[in-house]
Amino acid sequence: MAEPKTKYDRQLRIWGEQGQAALEKASICLLNCGPTGSETLKNLVLGGIGSITVVDGSKVEHGDLGNNFMVSESSLGQPKAKCVCAFLQELNDAVKAKFIEEHPVTLIETNPSFFSQFTLVVATQLVEDSMVKLDRICRDANVMLIFARSYGLTGFVRISVKEHAVIESKPDHFLDDLRLNNPWPELKKFTENVDLDTSDPVVHKHIPYILILVKTAEEWAKSHGGRLPSTREEKKEFKEVIKAKMVATDEDNFKEAIEASFKVFASQGISSDLKRILDDTCAEVDSGASDFWVMVAALKEFIANEGGGEAPLEGSIPDMTSSTELYVNLQKLYQAKAEADFLVVEQRVRNILKKIGRDPYSISKTVIKSFCKNARKLTVCRYKLIEEEFNSPVLPELQKYLTDEEYSVAVGFYILLRAVDRFSANYNTFPGQFDGGMDEDISRLKTTAVSLLSDLGCNGSTLTEDLINEMCRYGAAELHAVAAYIGGVASQEVIKLITRQFVPMSGTFIFNGIDHKSQLLSL
Amino acid sequence: MVESRISSSSRSRDLDKLLLRPGNLVGPTFEPGTQLRDDLQEYARILVVGAGGLGCELLKDLALSGFRNLEVIDMDRIEVSNLNRQFLFRLEDVGQPKAEVAAKRVMERVSGVNIVPHFCRIEEKELEFYSEFSIIVLGLDSVEARSYINAVACGFLEYDSNDEPVEETVKPMVDGGTEGFKGHARVILPGMTPCFECTIWLFPPQVKFPLCTLAETPRTAAHCIEYAHLIKWDEVHSGKSFDPDNPEHMQWVYLEAAKRAQLFGIPGVTYSLTQGVVKNIIPAIASTNAIISAACALETLKIASGCSKTLSNYLTYNGVEGLHTKVTEFVKDKDCLVCGPGIFIELETSVTLKMFIDQLEDHPKLLMSGASVRVGGKNLYMAAPPLLEEMTRSNLGLPLFELMDKSPTGVVHVTGTAGKGDKRQSCLRKLRVAFKAVGIADTDMAGGA
Ligand SMILES: [Zn+2]
Repeated sequence: MAEPKTKYDRQLRIWGEQGQAALEKASICLLNCGPTGSETLKNLVLGGIGSITVVDGSKVEHGDLGNNFMVSESSLGQPKAKCVCAFLQELNDAVKAKFIEEHPVTLIETNPSFFSQFTLVVATQLVEDSMVKLDRICRDANVMLIFARSYGLTGFVRISVKEHAVIESKPDHFLDDLRLNNPWPELKKFTENVDLDTSDPVVHKHIPYILILVKTAEEWAKSHGGRLPSTREEKKEFKEVIKAKMVATDEDNFKEAIEASFKVFASQGISSDLKRILDDTCAEVDSGASDFWVMVAALKEFIANEGGGEAPLEGSIPDMTSSTELYVNLQKLYQAKAEADFLVVEQRVRNILKKIGRDPYSISKTVIKSFCKNARKLTVCRYKLIEEEFNSPVLPELQKYLTDEEYSVAVGFYILLRAVDRFSANYNTFPGQFDGGMDEDISRLKTTAVSLLSDLGCNGSTLTEDLINEMCRYGAAELHAVAAYIGGVASQEVIKLITRQFVPMSGTFIFNGIDHKSQLLSL
Repeated sequence: MVESRISSSSRSRDLDKLLLRPGNLVGPTFEPGTQLRDDLQEYARILVVGAGGLGCELLKDLALSGFRNLEVIDMDRIEVSNLNRQFLFRLEDVGQPKAEVAAKRVMERVSGVNIVPHFCRIEEKELEFYSEFSIIVLGLDSVEARSYINAVACGFLEYDSNDEPVEETVKPMVDGGTEGFKGHARVILPGMTPCFECTIWLFPPQVKFPLCTLAETPRTAAHCIEYAHLIKWDEVHSGKSFDPDNPEHMQWVYLEAAKRAQLFGIPGVTYSLTQGVVKNIIPAIASTNAIISAACALETLKIASGCSKTLSNYLTYNGVEGLHTKVTEFVKDKDCLVCGPGIFIELETSVTLKMFIDQLEDHPKLLMSGASVRVGGKNLYMAAPPLLEEMTRSNLGLPLFELMDKSPTGVVHVTGTAGKGDKRQSCLRKLRVAFKAVGIADTDMAGGA
């Protein structure tokens, strides 16, 4: 076996040892191992997922050889689940791979408790009726579920989890937590000891912009009745004030200060996103509360008390022009404040745990620390039951999509993907699945789609003939390239769900393979 | 009638639905039928550039998208750190050429597909090699390599007398790239949609730390690492160059960086970070590569068959915060040196090949030195290797006009190094040469032809 650290190096740089450990603990169940399902699992097996269970009741046919890399000539006539499982095992011997030769639909109907053993179920190529049933089963068993389907040049991915809370959301662009307009006493004091008017040009060009901005903001507030720049004019003037402090044209630190001055203008206190989480009813915790919500409750107390309206300090600073000494000391200052904030939150977490009758030390220091560091970036995702979306989608959204040119093809596919399932329930075949009768299938699909839309309270005339024709042309084909795309998306979302890092998608992702104008629909 | 040819027991059960049935949301050239399917199998030749994270996926996707004639070019050998995503490779393959193993594995599983591997640098191949393919698909992680292939493909493009691209000379490219949870896929139809160079700003050069920061005011772990790597190494190992693939070298840099970090009280130097900074490692995962490759393979199928509209022309995928995909229609830079009609140069008929090469060095749009010159399929002068240089040296004294068979105008391809300072890189440029006096007299004839 290769040293896992080297083998997984390129992904450890993304989700770290903790994310990797979560993957290695996870057990995944795949329903149907056509190309969509097989490709989803392939990407997870390569990354070192703990265990997989492949469920499929079909035998390998000639047609499968043309769209699924995990079966080959020698697999013809054999159980597809067995062949796919064997190939996947070959990719990574650290993964526990097994298969069950059984039709997923049968399992859903006869053995719902089967699913409770898994961390997450990837359900591919299921029709509406089975999706609704499986969704209910997984929701009750608290098992994460992700649906994926490829259909001609379209398809979808949909997550179904009651609640998914993310501490390490790792957004690409997020405002640093520098407190330039709201410095705590130690930062204030530190700033006071730095002389912006120093006569030493080398020292002057190595004052980090944090200090320049804290000082300038303070001066500004003093001369403006305690206010900071808010109008366009004032902001421009503020930058001029900084510029005037430069003694040479090559002072990168002052240029950086001017560029970063928007951080002074940023509003104090917490964001509306965070406020929504604090105000969530789940933040009123009892003995059944999850660790996440216990920590949110502690955070809420902290912000209202010691935090003075602010979340715990993140405790890191970006790189900036500076002398080594000032930079390192500044970094220590931020870390010390973050540590102090953390200790307060930790104490509050322990108290709350005690109050709700849990072991006060049942949440580890590391977890609380990470929670504090990421407090401003907490994210909570909730997903409707698919049945609810199917029966009563958010009508204004649906109507908006139907009339918006950017969304028209994607929402058209969404409706048609549902319509083909109704079609198959009525006629025992998908439109255009077999030769002959194409014209009849087109008109039947049209009728089905229009009645589906009117059941939802929408006008059916928005669907174009071209798209209905196109859907019949697809004839339920599972094209390899489309399956690889859909499977890729599904596996990426699975990784986010299991590592609890990054933010999983919300809504339903509709793939548009015609011109790639795919969309997320929030229904 | 058409439908009756689809057989549910056939290997192309699913693909046939797309290739054999008519549709309204398709490309202008789409002619559905078994002929199309057979032509794809028989005549379409696809080159995959790169057999790494994207390349492995691309070969699989294309082999299962109706193509049977594939070739793959890659100069790298398999490493352990490839195994988390390059699914055609196993631990026992480490050290083997990627192109060869990838080709073998796909052929083992998909019968009827033929994949020719090329274990070499992309620059080692003759231009003719690239001209043979219907479509070139790029699965690369380097801007330089993309730029090179782009120039080669654009080099085949010819313009008619109205400066309109000649359709038969358009060599389509499909390009993919990923980083972590993000990626892009694009379609380049030289002369019709922007080429890689038209939108080079999409790939800004990497910012390097100023040397004075490294030497005098280090602040971060990366500064300490780059100090050890770029400054300290040369001070201590006079003459011995640093090899990023030598673990002992890497260990030395790591220890030096750690020492320096301790001296300044800077946290965060680890061996892993040292590798990341020194080798400029881009994080990569299987899922993103799968998504981007699939989009590229699908576009390749659409360009080759017309079975659907094509991506116009740049797709971005971002899965960091939720899921965002976006299609942007970039526009062509009409003055692009690479895909435009070419740089126009007017010459006296007496100008020798040597004088012409010297002119390239001073030409403001070229600044090209050490140029090799080709006209049509013929090498007029080769600056390297020495054997070819010697063979073509005698041409230097001859007038270019004569070397071009006294044709009044013509397209000349030059390769050499261009750019300024340490940003010099090898490149290929297309020139449109016209000879004074003759050119004017022949205008009528050219127009009437
Ligand atoms: Zn161009």
